[in-house]
Amino acid sequence: MAVRRRAPARDLLAGVGLRVRIPTPLRSYTNASVVDAVGSTVKELLADLDRLYPGIRFRVVDEQGRLRTHMKVFVGDEMTRDLTTAIVGVEEVTLMQALSGG
Amino acid sequence: MGLVVGTRKGVFFLDGDEDRSVWTLSEPHFLGHVAQHVVLDPRNGTRLLAAMRTGHLGPTVFWSDDRGGSWNEATTPPAFHSGEELQRSLSAVFWLTPGHPDEPGVWFAGGSPQGLFTTADGGDTWVPVDGWNDHQMWPTWAEWPEQSTPDGSMLHSVIVDPRDAAHMYVGLSSGGVFETTDRGADWHPLNAGCEATFFPDPYPEFGHDPHCVRLHPAQPDRLYQQNHCGIYRMERPEGRWERIGRAMPTDVGDIGFPIELHPRDPDTAWVFPMDGTDVWPRTSPDGRPGVYVTRDAGGSWTRCDKGLPERAWFTVKRQAMTVDASDPVGVYFGTTSGDVWASSDEGRSWRCVAEHLPEIYSLEWA
Repeated sequence: MAVRRRAPARDLLAGVGLRVRIPTPLRSYTNASVVDAVGSTVKELLADLDRLYPGIRFRVVDEQGRLRTHMKVFVGDEMTRDLTTAIVGVEEVTLMQALSGG
Repeated sequence: MGLVVGTRKGVFFLDGDEDRSVWTLSEPHFLGHVAQHVVLDPRNGTRLLAAMRTGHLGPTVFWSDDRGGSWNEATTPPAFHSGEELQRSLSAVFWLTPGHPDEPGVWFAGGSPQGLFTTADGGDTWVPVDGWNDHQMWPTWAEWPEQSTPDGSMLHSVIVDPRDAAHMYVGLSSGGVFETTDRGADWHPLNAGCEATFFPDPYPEFGHDPHCVRLHPAQPDRLYQQNHCGIYRMERPEGRWERIGRAMPTDVGDIGFPIELHPRDPDTAWVFPMDGTDVWPRTSPDGRPGVYVTRDAGGSWTRCDKGLPERAWFTVKRQAMTVDASDPVGVYFGTTSGDVWASSDEGRSWRCVAEHLPEIYSLEWA
């Protein structure tokens, strides 16, 4: 089964800034476990990810701008669910989605 | 042609030969994703839409024009307006309905919470139906923010009158049946005669729990409804539900999830009764599965269980029963235990044509 994704909005190499670790449920968008993106806040970073990988943001953030339940973001080693959190002094951001279920 | 099966763990195609005797099951599509409803567009026979969720990720819609050979995700999936006053967030796309035959590309989606959404480009970009979602009575009709069913309240049974694209119906679990005659700009309840025995007043204006509502395509003034409180038929324009389930055997009752209609005969409908007593097991009454058919618009019902297991303890959900257009009509249902049952003689006899699938949420002829 193939899922056709829309083409990235710009050259992937132009966004080098942060390494973003992608959880397995979202890798159909990125085809990679780690991607590069830019942003000075979590909100900006997710917006850049959505420009690079169209559709990924709405799976993570709802239409009211809230991180979906059981989603977490680690800025470096610090966990946050606040999209206004500044990304300062770190090279890596991790998106984490609980795999709870059955 | 065959069946497309939406399950709690993905989508399957179950293709039948011309005699509907040999069935071939596909490999899973979207394995591990929740496929709530997968529907083929009868207007072009190629566009397939799938209402999907994935674990804790947000809901979305995929479309395919080659029977799942490749899938495309909606560029703009169904969602409430960002920044709206009620701050609603769509947790699931629950129901899909192709639009009027004269409006190719138009579809409707019902959600949880009970929003209504539409697309004009075959499912790629969706917008909210503001006349419904922002109706001043919506929070009351939809019992917002309470979620009155375990998996969340849902809007289902989106029906477009084949004579008039501006005339539509929707069902709310819970909330009742609602109608618009101006393309969704305004709505009103349509529940007269329908019982809601869980309220002190069993005949309220709204607050009912329709499980599945169907309009007969050859007689669009006739509606059938399988409700939490019985089986009903309505003749328009009168607009009053008659409890035709009163003619069911009393030891079986008239509670269930799905109701399916004969594509040509407005007097014929099939239901799958379930146990609505005590704590509502929702399995077949006394664990004895049986389809019931009426051939006289609900005046009488006949049990159809030839070939079905004598005892079994599954449930058939509201989107998990369907019919084809053959003569005689093929009738199909899928179970929460992952089996698909088929009848090629309008329900007289049954056989299992797929087993051991994940819990089945929807079954559509495609």
